[in-house]
Amino acid sequence: MAKHETPMLDQLESGPWPSFVSDLKQEAARRAANPDNVEFQVPQDCVEDILGVLELSFKHGRTHWKHGGIVGVFGYGGGVIGRYCDQPEMFPGVAHFHTVRVAQPAGKYYKAEYLRELMAIWDMRGSGITNMHGSTGDIIFIGTQTDQLEEIFWEMTHNLNQDLGGSGSNLRTPADCIGSSRCEYSCYDTQALCHDLTVEYQDELHRPAFPYKFKFKFDGCPNCCVASIARADMAFIGTWKDDIKIDQEAVAAYVGGEFAPNGGAHSGRDWGPFDMEKEVTGLCPTKCMMYDGKKLYIDTANCTRCMHCINVMPRALRIGDDRGLSILVGAKAPILDGAQMGSLLVPFVKVEEPYDEIKEVIESIWDWWMEEGKNRERLGELIKRQGFQKLLVATGIDPVIQHVQEPRHNPYIFWNEDEVDGGWDRDIDAFRKDHQR
Amino acid sequence: MEYEEAKTLIVEKLMKKQKSKSKFYFSDLAKILEMKPRAAKKFINQMVQDETLEYWSSGSTSMYGLPGTGKQAAAEHED
Repeated sequence: MAKHETPMLDQLESGPWPSFVSDLKQEAARRAANPDNVEFQVPQDCVEDILGVLELSFKHGRTHWKHGGIVGVFGYGGGVIGRYCDQPEMFPGVAHFHTVRVAQPAGKYYKAEYLRELMAIWDMRGSGITNMHGSTGDIIFIGTQTDQLEEIFWEMTHNLNQDLGGSGSNLRTPADCIGSSRCEYSCYDTQALCHDLTVEYQDELHRPAFPYKFKFKFDGCPNCCVASIARADMAFIGTWKDDIKIDQEAVAAYVGGEFAPNGGAHSGRDWGPFDMEKEVTGLCPTKCMMYDGKKLYIDTANCTRCMHCINVMPRALRIGDDRGLSILVGAKAPILDGAQMGSLLVPFVKVEEPYDEIKEVIESIWDWWMEEGKNRERLGELIKRQGFQKLLVATGIDPVIQHVQEPRHNPYIFWNEDEVDGGWDRDIDAFRKDHQR
Repeated sequence: MEYEEAKTLIVEKLMKKQKSKSKFYFSDLAKILEMKPRAAKKFINQMVQDETLEYWSSGSTSMYGLPGTGKQAAAEHED
């Protein structure tokens, strides 16, 4: 017998899709039966109370959660987000119900054994409810009480060698794709760079001093599996400088129907014979490809490495050998001023340990943003407010053609003093020799 | 500026503002110290370590305050 009547939540289970309500009910039943004899340190029926408070929120059409607070683990300004129910008498199991962010392993690789160990802590000291993975990328533990936070942190760090993730005005937990560990498209070792920068910038991750959140994300290629270009204040996207490698025999095999395009991803129905023009060359955004019926040509100078042709014919086309990454800055979600995609700052940089060139760009951006950014202003908003040119000055990067969005409309040229011979000072007597008053 | 001097300055300024404000952005503290953010961060971190200051976080934004001040402590069933 459920602790709370939940008719509206029950309705959510009726569709054909997996339901989080069913998951919660299952977990509530498991905690009630307690087959593993867990010594619960938070109320055993807290999951029942989650269902109850959610039902009440649906009934009232407004939330019964408050968020924010002083909770956390000692010395860390992030990783724990205070959550409180505004109906603690009705739902005592979730009166305080804090979220814990657990830093995900690079590429989200972990063993089942590690997950069991993590869950042994969480079943005992928390609600047992998780979000794998949150939109931040972290492993999210949903719901524990204040007195359990230090215990959870101690056990995770000492027994599992596992750190908390980022929250608040911090560097957020850096996120990466699986990179060259399993993907032939990857132009650099995303996990190595992600891990190195995570370790290097521990202070920024745990001790908040930024104007607002700051996100790093690492994509091995422009397919952008972690969507860095849309979400990260600094996106590190793999790219290459030389030609796409073409295997003409394999191209012919795609045309002849020997290989299924897109790795067979569209095999659910018959789309007819492979059409090079319709499926590949005609969809090239820069029209840099040509197929004469026998041979495929790519004009590398005009290729933007969009990955479309490689995705369609992965056995025939491969990324080039001169590999590195592009750095894009300023992407964000639409809280203020609408969503923003990243703007290209560094077109190409080699990815070589100890990544000094990359760290130089990161630190110059932070220095500028920490000094000039308003409270709660994302990097992308500062770039918009002060101009991309200010960012170039702050990072010491010379303008290149890739920074230009479109030719300018304004015929005036504004010079800075240091760009003009002699600056703003002039010898008035010398001037008067040639110019009368 | 020495650490003890910075600490006194922060505590005095924050105490003065207690009636209207109990939580402060990092930039407010850096301005009180009249320091660049990176230099100010070293002192402010130390103030959190020795419990002169405490963090407050909404989840998306972090702020700093003197421990036990503001209505937050009472509202969170923490006292």
